[in-house]
Amino acid sequence: MSCDYTRTVLHGYLDGELDAARAAEFERHLENCRECENSLAVAEALRSSLQCSNLYEGAPVSLRKKIRAGLDAATAPEAPRIPAWRWLAVAASILIVASVSWYAWPRYQNSTSSAPFSAAELIDAHVRSLQPGHLTDVASTDQHTVKPWFDGKLAFVPPVKDFSEQGFPLIGGRLDVLNGQNVAVLVYGRRKHIINVFVLPTREPDTPIHPPGLRQGYQWFHWRHQGMEYCAISDLSASDLRELAQLLYQ
Amino acid sequence: MSGSDQGRGSDVLDAQDRARFEQLVLPHLDAAFNLARWLLKSRADSEDVAQEAVLRAYRFFRGFHGGDARAWLLQIVRNTCYTWLEKNRPVELMTEFDEELHPQPSASPEALAIAGDNRERLTRALDTLPPRFREVLVLRELEGCSYKEIAAITAIPIGTVMSALARARQRLQRALTHPTPQEASREL
Repeated sequence: MSCDYTRTVLHGYLDGELDAARAAEFERHLENCRECENSLAVAEALRSSLQCSNLYEGAPVSLRKKIRAGLDAATAPEAPRIPAWRWLAVAASILIVASVSWYAWPRYQNSTSSAPFSAAELIDAHVRSLQPGHLTDVASTDQHTVKPWFDGKLAFVPPVKDFSEQGFPLIGGRLDVLNGQNVAVLVYGRRKHIINVFVLPTREPDTPIHPPGLRQGYQWFHWRHQGMEYCAISDLSASDLRELAQLLYQ
Repeated sequence: MSGSDQGRGSDVLDAQDRARFEQLVLPHLDAAFNLARWLLKSRADSEDVAQEAVLRAYRFFRGFHGGDARAWLLQIVRNTCYTWLEKNRPVELMTEFDEELHPQPSASPEALAIAGDNRERLTRALDTLPPRFREVLVLRELEGCSYKEIAAITAIPIGTVMSALARARQRLQRALTHPTPQEASREL
Protein backbone atom coordinates (compact mmCIF):
# COMPACT_ATOMS: atom_id res chain seq x y z
CA MET A 1 0.00 0.00 0.00
CA SER A 2 2.64 2.45 -0.92
CA CYS A 3 1.20 3.83 -4.14
CA ASP A 4 -0.73 7.06 -3.62
CA TYR A 5 -2.74 6.49 -6.77
CA THR A 6 -4.30 3.40 -5.24
CA ARG A 7 -5.87 5.37 -2.45
CA THR A 8 -7.95 7.78 -4.46
CA VAL A 9 -7.33 8.41 -8.16
CA LEU A 10 -7.92 4.76 -8.97
CA HIS A 11 -11.49 5.14 -7.72
CA GLY A 12 -12.16 8.26 -9.75
CA TYR A 13 -10.87 6.33 -12.77
CA LEU A 14 -13.09 3.35 -11.97
CA ASP A 15 -16.11 5.65 -11.61
CA GLY A 16 -15.39 7.58 -14.80
CA GLU A 17 -15.12 10.80 -12.81
CA LEU A 18 -11.60 11.85 -13.85
CA ASP A 19 -11.12 14.45 -16.54
CA ALA A 20 -9.43 13.26 -19.73
CA ALA A 21 -5.96 14.49 -18.76
CA ARG A 22 -5.97 12.81 -15.34
CA ALA A 23 -7.43 9.62 -16.76
CA ALA A 24 -4.65 9.44 -19.38
CA GLU A 25 -2.05 10.12 -16.70
CA PHE A 26 -3.44 7.30 -14.56
CA GLU A 27 -3.48 4.89 -17.52
CA ARG A 28 0.19 5.63 -18.14
CA HIS A 29 0.90 4.96 -14.47
CA LEU A 30 -1.13 1.74 -14.58
CA GLU A 31 1.17 0.25 -17.19
CA ASN A 32 4.05 0.25 -14.72
CA CYS A 33 2.39 -0.27 -11.35
CA ARG A 34 1.47 -3.85 -10.44
CA GLU A 35 -0.13 -2.71 -7.22
CA CYS A 36 -2.58 -0.40 -8.98
CA GLU A 37 -3.28 -2.99 -11.60
CA ASN A 38 -4.23 -5.51 -8.93
CA SER A 39 -6.20 -2.95 -6.89
CA LEU A 40 -8.18 -1.91 -9.94
CA ALA A 41 -9.09 -5.53 -10.67
CA VAL A 42 -10.14 -6.01 -7.04
CA ALA A 43 -12.24 -2.84 -7.09
CA GLU A 44 -13.90 -3.96 -10.33
CA ALA A 45 -14.68 -7.38 -8.85
CA LEU A 46 -16.17 -5.67 -5.81
CA ARG A 47 -18.28 -3.43 -7.99
CA SER A 48 -19.66 -6.25 -10.07
CA SER A 49 -20.49 -8.20 -6.89
CA LEU A 50 -22.40 -5.23 -5.55
CA GLN A 51 -24.24 -4.59 -8.79
CA CYS A 52 -25.08 -8.19 -9.63
CA SER A 53 -26.38 -9.45 -6.30
CA ASN A 54 -29.89 -8.00 -6.25
CA LEU A 55 -29.05 -5.78 -3.33
CA TYR A 56 -31.40 -3.01 -4.46
CA GLU A 57 -34.54 -2.99 -2.37
CA GLY A 58 -37.51 -1.23 -3.94
CA ALA A 59 -40.35 0.35 -1.98
CA PRO A 60 -42.96 -2.18 -0.78
CA VAL A 61 -46.60 -1.76 -1.78
CA SER A 62 -47.58 -1.09 1.83
CA LEU A 63 -45.28 1.96 1.86
CA ARG A 64 -46.81 3.30 -1.36
CA LYS A 65 -50.29 2.97 0.16
CA LYS A 66 -49.30 4.76 3.35
CA ILE A 67 -47.70 7.57 1.41
CA ARG A 68 -50.77 7.98 -0.76
CA ALA A 69 -52.92 8.27 2.37
CA GLY A 70 -50.47 10.74 3.90
CA LEU A 71 -50.52 12.89 0.76
CA ASP A 72 -54.33 12.84 0.78
CA ALA A 73 -54.35 14.09 4.36
CA ALA A 74 -51.86 16.86 3.59
CA THR A 75 -53.64 18.11 0.47
CA ALA A 76 -56.55 20.53 0.56
CA PRO A 77 -59.66 18.87 -0.91
CA GLU A 78 -60.55 20.13 -4.35
CA ALA A 79 -64.09 21.06 -3.38
CA PRO A 80 -64.07 22.94 -0.08
CA ARG A 81 -66.06 21.24 2.67
CA ILE A 82 -68.97 23.38 3.69
CA PRO A 83 -70.71 22.74 7.02
CA ALA A 84 -74.39 21.85 7.02
CA TRP A 85 -75.61 25.17 8.39
CA ARG A 86 -73.94 26.93 5.50
CA TRP A 87 -75.79 24.73 3.05
CA LEU A 88 -79.02 25.85 4.71
CA ALA A 89 -77.88 29.45 4.28
CA VAL A 90 -76.97 28.76 0.67
CA ALA A 91 -80.36 27.11 0.05
CA ALA A 92 -82.12 30.09 1.65
CA SER A 93 -80.14 32.54 -0.45
CA ILE A 94 -80.94 30.58 -3.58
CA LEU A 95 -84.63 30.92 -2.72
CA ILE A 96 -84.20 34.65 -2.26
CA VAL A 97 -82.14 34.98 -5.43
CA ALA A 98 -84.70 32.95 -7.32
CA SER A 99 -87.60 35.09 -6.19
CA VAL A 100 -85.71 38.36 -6.66
CA SER A 101 -84.47 37.37 -10.08
CA TRP A 102 -88.03 36.60 -11.08
CA TYR A 103 -88.42 40.39 -11.06
CA ALA A 104 -84.91 41.45 -11.81
CA TRP A 105 -84.27 39.04 -14.67
CA PRO A 106 -85.12 41.36 -17.59
CA ARG A 107 -82.43 43.82 -16.47
CA TYR A 108 -79.83 41.09 -16.24
CA GLN A 109 -80.90 39.85 -19.65
CA ASN A 110 -80.17 43.29 -21.12
CA SER A 111 -76.81 43.57 -19.52
CA THR A 112 -75.73 40.18 -20.86
CA SER A 113 -77.44 40.34 -24.23
CA SER A 114 -79.86 37.57 -23.35
CA ALA A 115 -78.04 34.64 -21.90
CA PRO A 116 -80.34 31.66 -22.42
CA PHE A 117 -80.55 30.97 -18.69
CA SER A 118 -81.21 32.98 -15.57
CA ALA A 119 -78.75 34.12 -12.93
CA ALA A 120 -80.56 31.95 -10.40
CA GLU A 121 -80.18 28.86 -12.56
CA LEU A 122 -76.54 29.66 -13.05
CA ILE A 123 -75.81 30.09 -9.33
CA ASP A 124 -77.90 27.05 -8.55
CA ALA A 125 -75.90 24.92 -10.96
CA HIS A 126 -72.61 26.29 -9.59
CA VAL A 127 -73.56 25.63 -5.96
CA ARG A 128 -74.86 22.16 -6.82
CA SER A 129 -71.53 21.32 -8.42
CA LEU A 130 -69.68 22.10 -5.18
CA GLN A 131 -71.46 19.32 -3.31
CA PRO A 132 -69.18 16.35 -2.72
CA GLY A 133 -68.92 14.20 -5.81
CA HIS A 134 -70.80 16.57 -8.09
CA LEU A 135 -67.96 18.66 -9.44
CA THR A 136 -66.66 16.53 -12.28
CA ASP A 137 -67.77 13.55 -14.33
CA VAL A 138 -64.29 13.32 -15.81
CA ALA A 139 -61.51 14.42 -13.49
CA SER A 140 -58.32 15.13 -15.36
CA THR A 141 -55.83 17.91 -15.72
CA ASP A 142 -55.18 16.77 -19.26
CA GLN A 143 -57.13 18.63 -21.94
CA HIS A 144 -56.63 15.64 -24.24
CA THR A 145 -58.54 13.47 -21.78
CA VAL A 146 -61.32 15.92 -21.02
CA LYS A 147 -62.12 16.95 -24.59
CA PRO A 148 -62.67 13.45 -26.04
CA TRP A 149 -64.78 12.62 -23.01
CA PHE A 150 -67.44 15.09 -24.20
CA ASP A 151 -67.40 13.53 -27.63
CA GLY A 152 -70.71 11.76 -28.32
CA LYS A 153 -72.32 12.98 -25.10
CA LEU A 154 -73.41 16.31 -26.55
CA ALA A 155 -74.36 17.59 -29.97
CA PHE A 156 -71.26 19.83 -29.86
CA VAL A 157 -67.67 19.64 -28.64
CA PRO A 158 -66.56 22.44 -26.32
CA PRO A 159 -63.04 23.81 -26.74
CA VAL A 160 -60.94 22.48 -23.83
CA LYS A 161 -57.69 24.07 -22.79
CA ASP A 162 -55.58 23.74 -19.68
CA PHE A 163 -54.26 27.01 -18.22
CA SER A 164 -52.06 25.58 -15.44
CA GLU A 165 -49.19 27.79 -16.47
CA GLN A 166 -51.36 30.86 -16.12
CA GLY A 167 -52.54 29.71 -12.67
CA PHE A 168 -55.85 28.18 -13.72
CA PRO A 169 -55.31 24.40 -13.80
CA LEU A 170 -57.97 22.37 -15.54
CA ILE A 171 -59.61 20.08 -12.98
CA GLY A 172 -62.04 18.24 -15.25
CA GLY A 173 -65.41 18.45 -16.96
CA ARG A 174 -69.01 17.37 -16.53
CA LEU A 175 -72.43 17.52 -18.14
CA ASP A 176 -75.04 19.79 -16.64
CA VAL A 177 -78.47 21.14 -17.48
CA LEU A 178 -79.27 24.86 -17.67
CA ASN A 179 -82.80 25.99 -18.52
CA GLY A 180 -83.63 22.52 -19.80
CA GLN A 181 -80.65 22.47 -22.14
CA ASN A 182 -77.67 20.12 -21.93
CA VAL A 183 -74.46 22.06 -21.44
CA ALA A 184 -70.79 21.20 -21.11
CA VAL A 185 -69.01 22.43 -18.00
CA LEU A 186 -65.27 22.88 -17.77
CA VAL A 187 -63.96 23.03 -14.22
CA TYR A 188 -60.87 25.07 -13.39
CA GLY A 189 -59.11 25.74 -10.11
CA ARG A 190 -57.55 28.91 -8.82
CA ARG A 191 -55.80 28.36 -5.49
CA LYS A 192 -58.62 26.80 -3.46
CA HIS A 193 -61.41 28.28 -5.56
CA ILE A 194 -63.46 26.38 -8.07
CA ILE A 195 -64.52 27.95 -11.36
CA ASN A 196 -67.28 26.47 -13.48
CA VAL A 197 -67.30 27.44 -17.14
CA PHE A 198 -70.62 26.59 -18.77
CA VAL A 199 -70.42 26.13 -22.53
CA LEU A 200 -73.27 25.65 -25.00
CA PRO A 201 -73.72 26.27 -28.70
CA THR A 202 -75.44 29.42 -29.94
CA ARG A 203 -76.53 30.93 -33.26
CA GLU A 204 -76.19 34.47 -31.93
CA PRO A 205 -73.29 36.68 -33.10
CA ASP A 206 -70.06 37.03 -31.06
CA THR A 207 -70.01 39.48 -28.17
CA PRO A 208 -67.17 40.85 -26.08
CA ILE A 209 -66.87 39.69 -22.48
CA HIS A 210 -69.75 41.40 -20.69
CA PRO A 211 -69.30 43.27 -17.42
CA PRO A 212 -69.40 40.89 -14.47
CA GLY A 213 -72.63 39.81 -12.86
CA LEU A 214 -72.54 39.69 -9.09
CA ARG A 215 -74.97 38.04 -6.71
CA GLN A 216 -74.67 36.40 -3.30
CA GLY A 217 -70.91 36.55 -3.40
CA TYR A 218 -70.67 34.82 -6.80
CA GLN A 219 -69.31 36.56 -9.87
CA TRP A 220 -69.83 35.56 -13.44
CA PHE A 221 -68.72 36.64 -16.86
CA HIS A 222 -70.73 35.90 -19.96
CA TRP A 223 -69.75 36.10 -23.63
CA ARG A 224 -70.24 34.52 -27.01
CA HIS A 225 -67.44 33.52 -29.25
CA GLN A 226 -67.32 31.48 -32.43
CA GLY A 227 -70.74 29.93 -32.08
CA MET A 228 -70.39 29.10 -28.40
CA GLU A 229 -71.98 30.71 -25.42
CA TYR A 230 -69.76 30.89 -22.32
CA CYS A 231 -70.47 31.69 -18.74
CA ALA A 232 -67.67 31.50 -16.14
CA ILE A 233 -68.80 31.61 -12.51
CA SER A 234 -66.92 31.43 -9.22
CA ASP A 235 -66.56 32.98 -5.78
CA LEU A 236 -63.23 34.28 -7.05
CA SER A 237 -62.56 38.01 -7.30
CA ALA A 238 -63.80 39.65 -10.50
CA SER A 239 -60.27 40.52 -11.64
CA ASP A 240 -59.06 36.92 -11.32
CA LEU A 241 -62.15 35.57 -13.01
CA ARG A 242 -61.79 38.06 -15.85
CA GLU A 243 -58.26 36.77 -16.39
CA LEU A 244 -59.60 33.28 -17.04
CA ALA A 245 -62.39 34.65 -19.23
CA GLN A 246 -59.78 36.42 -21.34
CA LEU A 247 -57.68 33.27 -21.63
CA LEU A 248 -60.74 31.34 -22.77
CA TYR A 249 -61.72 34.08 -25.21
CA GLN A 250 -58.45 33.84 -27.14
CA MET B 1 -58.83 39.29 -3.26
CA SER B 2 -60.76 37.53 -0.57
CA GLY B 3 -59.19 36.29 2.66
CA SER B 4 -58.89 32.69 1.55
CA ASP B 5 -56.82 33.81 -1.43
CA GLN B 6 -53.82 33.97 0.84
CA GLY B 7 -53.68 30.18 1.13
CA ARG B 8 -50.80 29.99 -1.34
CA GLY B 9 -48.16 30.88 1.20
CA SER B 10 -49.39 28.54 3.93
CA ASP B 11 -48.54 24.88 4.44
CA VAL B 12 -51.73 23.65 2.84
CA LEU B 13 -50.90 22.11 -0.50
CA ASP B 14 -53.48 21.89 -3.26
CA ALA B 15 -54.30 19.52 -6.08
CA GLN B 16 -51.80 21.28 -8.32
CA ASP B 17 -48.92 20.70 -5.86
CA ARG B 18 -50.00 17.11 -5.43
CA ALA B 19 -49.95 16.44 -9.17
CA ARG B 20 -46.51 18.01 -9.51
CA PHE B 21 -45.16 16.05 -6.53
CA GLU B 22 -46.46 12.79 -7.95
CA GLN B 23 -44.88 13.55 -11.28
CA LEU B 24 -41.47 14.75 -10.06
CA VAL B 25 -40.77 13.16 -6.70
CA LEU B 26 -42.75 9.93 -6.31
CA PRO B 27 -40.92 8.17 -9.18
CA HIS B 28 -37.91 8.15 -6.82
CA LEU B 29 -39.70 6.30 -4.03
CA ASP B 30 -37.70 3.11 -4.71
CA ALA B 31 -34.46 5.08 -4.38
CA ALA B 32 -35.73 6.60 -1.13
CA PHE B 33 -36.61 3.23 0.36
CA ASN B 34 -33.38 1.60 -0.81
CA LEU B 35 -31.24 4.30 0.81
CA ALA B 36 -33.22 4.09 4.05
CA ARG B 37 -32.98 0.29 4.04
CA TRP B 38 -29.18 0.39 3.78
CA LEU B 39 -28.77 3.18 6.30
CA LEU B 40 -31.05 1.59 8.90
CA LYS B 41 -30.42 -2.10 8.07
CA SER B 42 -34.06 -2.97 8.70
CA ARG B 43 -36.98 -3.06 6.30
CA ALA B 44 -39.59 -2.31 8.95
CA ASP B 45 -37.77 0.75 10.32
CA SER B 46 -37.01 1.88 6.77
CA GLU B 47 -40.66 1.79 5.84
CA ASP B 48 -41.53 4.11 8.74
CA VAL B 49 -38.62 6.45 8.16
CA ALA B 50 -39.06 6.56 4.36
CA GLN B 51 -42.72 7.37 4.86
CA GLU B 52 -41.87 10.17 7.26
CA ALA B 53 -39.22 11.52 4.89
CA VAL B 54 -41.46 11.52 1.81
CA LEU B 55 -44.29 13.27 3.64
CA ARG B 56 -41.78 15.76 5.02
CA ALA B 57 -40.57 16.34 1.45
CA TYR B 58 -44.16 17.00 0.45
CA ARG B 59 -44.57 19.59 3.19
CA PHE B 60 -41.39 21.34 1.98
CA PHE B 61 -42.32 20.87 -1.66
CA ARG B 62 -43.02 24.52 -2.37
CA GLY B 63 -39.40 25.16 -1.45
CA PHE B 64 -38.25 22.87 -4.27
CA HIS B 65 -37.65 25.04 -7.31
CA GLY B 66 -36.76 22.45 -9.91
CA GLY B 67 -33.45 20.69 -10.44
CA ASP B 68 -32.55 17.14 -9.49
CA ALA B 69 -35.66 15.79 -7.71
CA ARG B 70 -33.98 12.48 -6.84
CA ALA B 71 -31.04 14.18 -5.11
CA TRP B 72 -33.46 16.54 -3.34
CA LEU B 73 -35.56 13.65 -2.02
CA LEU B 74 -32.58 11.46 -1.08
CA GLN B 75 -31.07 14.34 0.88
CA ILE B 76 -34.25 14.56 2.96
CA VAL B 77 -34.35 10.76 3.36
CA ARG B 78 -30.75 10.72 4.52
CA ASN B 79 -31.29 13.49 7.05
CA THR B 80 -34.40 11.77 8.38
CA CYS B 81 -32.46 8.50 8.71
CA TYR B 82 -29.62 10.16 10.65
CA THR B 83 -32.06 11.90 12.97
CA TRP B 84 -33.67 8.51 13.57
CA LEU B 85 -30.30 6.83 14.17
CA GLU B 86 -29.21 9.54 16.60
CA LYS B 87 -32.36 8.93 18.60
CA ASN B 88 -32.58 5.16 18.39
CA ARG B 89 -29.07 3.81 17.76
CA PRO B 90 -26.57 6.52 18.67
CA VAL B 91 -23.74 3.98 19.01
CA GLU B 92 -23.74 3.32 15.26
CA LEU B 93 -22.94 6.93 14.51
CA MET B 94 -19.92 7.05 16.77
CA THR B 95 -17.46 5.57 14.29
CA GLU B 96 -15.04 8.18 13.09
CA PHE B 97 -15.47 8.73 9.37
CA ASP B 98 -11.97 10.04 8.75
CA GLU B 99 -10.32 7.02 10.24
CA GLU B 100 -6.93 6.27 8.73
CA LEU B 101 -6.74 3.49 6.23
CA HIS B 102 -4.93 0.59 7.74
CA PRO B 103 -2.40 -1.03 5.53
CA GLN B 104 -3.77 -4.41 4.61
CA PRO B 105 -2.59 -7.34 2.60
CA SER B 106 -4.05 -6.88 -0.88
CA ALA B 107 -6.61 -9.48 -1.81
CA SER B 108 -6.60 -11.07 -5.19
CA PRO B 109 -9.46 -10.26 -7.54
CA GLU B 110 -10.33 -13.96 -7.67
CA ALA B 111 -10.58 -14.25 -3.89
CA LEU B 112 -12.77 -11.20 -3.80
CA ALA B 113 -15.00 -12.43 -6.59
CA ILE B 114 -15.58 -15.64 -4.64
CA ALA B 115 -16.17 -13.78 -1.36
CA GLY B 116 -18.62 -11.39 -2.99
CA ASP B 117 -20.54 -14.03 -4.87
CA ASN B 118 -23.21 -14.39 -2.26
CA ARG B 119 -25.97 -11.93 -1.55
CA GLU B 120 -26.22 -12.78 2.11
CA ARG B 121 -22.50 -12.48 2.76
CA LEU B 122 -22.37 -9.17 0.87
CA THR B 123 -25.32 -7.83 2.84
CA ARG B 124 -23.67 -8.85 6.11
CA ALA B 125 -20.38 -7.26 5.09
CA LEU B 126 -22.11 -4.03 4.05
CA ASP B 127 -24.06 -3.97 7.29
CA THR B 128 -20.82 -4.08 9.33
CA LEU B 129 -19.66 -0.80 7.77
CA PRO B 130 -20.37 2.50 9.49
CA PRO B 131 -23.38 4.27 7.90
CA ARG B 132 -21.22 6.94 6.30
CA PHE B 133 -19.25 4.36 4.35
CA ARG B 134 -22.34 2.37 3.49
CA GLU B 135 -24.23 5.32 2.11
CA VAL B 136 -21.59 6.36 -0.43
CA LEU B 137 -21.36 2.78 -1.67
CA VAL B 138 -25.13 2.43 -1.97
CA LEU B 139 -25.47 5.77 -3.74
CA ARG B 140 -22.64 5.00 -6.15
CA GLU B 141 -23.04 1.28 -6.88
CA LEU B 142 -26.77 0.68 -6.41
CA GLU B 143 -28.22 4.09 -7.22
CA GLY B 144 -25.65 5.06 -9.87
CA CYS B 145 -25.21 8.60 -8.52
CA SER B 146 -22.46 10.85 -9.85
CA TYR B 147 -19.92 12.35 -7.46
CA LYS B 148 -21.76 15.63 -7.72
CA GLU B 149 -25.05 14.02 -6.69
CA ILE B 150 -23.36 12.11 -3.85
CA ALA B 151 -21.92 15.38 -2.58
CA ALA B 152 -25.35 17.04 -2.72
CA ILE B 153 -27.09 14.18 -0.93
CA THR B 154 -24.52 13.47 1.79
CA ALA B 155 -23.18 16.99 2.36
CA ILE B 156 -19.61 15.70 1.81
CA PRO B 157 -17.54 18.30 -0.08
CA ILE B 158 -17.36 17.24 -3.73
CA GLY B 159 -13.55 17.12 -3.57
CA THR B 160 -13.65 14.34 -0.97
CA VAL B 161 -16.28 12.05 -2.50
CA MET B 162 -13.54 10.14 -4.32
CA SER B 163 -11.54 9.46 -1.16
CA ALA B 164 -14.71 8.62 0.78
CA LEU B 165 -15.51 5.98 -1.84
CA ALA B 166 -11.92 4.73 -1.77
CA ARG B 167 -12.12 4.22 1.99
CA ALA B 168 -15.58 2.66 1.82
CA ARG B 169 -14.48 0.15 -0.82
CA GLN B 170 -11.42 -0.82 1.15
CA ARG B 171 -13.52 -1.32 4.26
CA LEU B 172 -15.97 -3.50 2.38
CA GLN B 173 -13.19 -5.48 0.79
CA ARG B 174 -11.68 -6.10 4.22
CA ALA B 175 -15.05 -7.09 5.67
CA LEU B 176 -15.51 -9.59 2.84
CA THR B 177 -12.10 -11.16 2.80
CA HIS B 178 -11.28 -10.93 6.50
CA PRO B 179 -14.54 -11.37 8.38
CA THR B 180 -14.48 -10.75 12.12
CA PRO B 181 -14.48 -13.87 14.33
CA GLN B 182 -18.25 -13.53 14.83
CA GLU B 183 -18.73 -13.24 11.10
CA ALA B 184 -16.53 -16.24 10.45
CA SER B 185 -18.38 -18.38 12.98
CA ARG B 186 -21.69 -17.49 11.36
CA GLU B 187 -20.33 -18.79 8.11
CA LEU B 188 -19.87 -22.27 9.57
